[in-house]
Amino acid sequence: MADPKPIERPLSPFMLGQYYRFQMTSVSSLLTRITGNALVVSFILGVWWLLGAALGGGAFDAANAVATSWFGDLVFTLSLLGIWYHYLAGLRHLYFDAGHGLDIETAEMLGWVCIIGSVVLTVLTLIVIQF
Amino acid sequence: MRYLTDRKRAERKGASGTGTEHHWYMSVSAVALAFLIPTFLYVFGHALGQGRAEVVATFGHPFGAILTGLVLFVSMQHFAKGAQMMIEDYTQGSWRRGLVMLVYSLAYVITATGLYALVKMAM
Repeated sequence: MADPKPIERPLSPFMLGQYYRFQMTSVSSLLTRITGNALVVSFILGVWWLLGAALGGGAFDAANAVATSWFGDLVFTLSLLGIWYHYLAGLRHLYFDAGHGLDIETAEMLGWVCIIGSVVLTVLTLIVIQF
Repeated sequence: MRYLTDRKRAERKGASGTGTEHHWYMSVSAVALAFLIPTFLYVFGHALGQGRAEVVATFGHPFGAILTGLVLFVSMQHFAKGAQMMIEDYTQGSWRRGLVMLVYSLAYVITATGLYALVKMAM
């Protein structure tokens, strides 16, 4: 170990699909990363829309037209699902970090809680924001 | 030949040089966001689709402005550090350094733009 030579090592995702069977624990972990990073798209769109509202005139019309179009609806609805998933998976991470729920049965159950819970919370949010 | 012993190199702050600081920040910001996000989703979702006057009233109001400012700042720091983790897992060398810089820059640009919009609407 004192004098390590640089070795060509494979990078992280090389196992997936080829040697490693997908399972709830790994898929739910992977989804946390995907949803978290994908959320930047809706932040860009949302901040553009806020900037448009601040500047007014044509700037708002342009940003608002995109944000409330079918494309905007698609991005924000998927982001809602993504943010609730990331939210629940994040809470699960904190729970794991505290040393709980690490047996396979509980971990797999918590994966389903994240997936089903995110769908339920998304529908609930879409209803609540109407009022 | 290196004169540092294995023990000496492994001690203290590990390979990252910063110990558990990164992980701890993710935990702290996660808890902060757990409190902020549900309220923010309501405020943002409710305002989206309304006219400009209503949008400015929502985000120009002290509650909407401070909440959104907090969400922007904390979530973009959380994003930058999270994306950094992903980049460090999947890339090496110059790509790794370049992409980490890019992601932090993007997070700062989004934060600054959003804060500017909030200040302008609050005035």
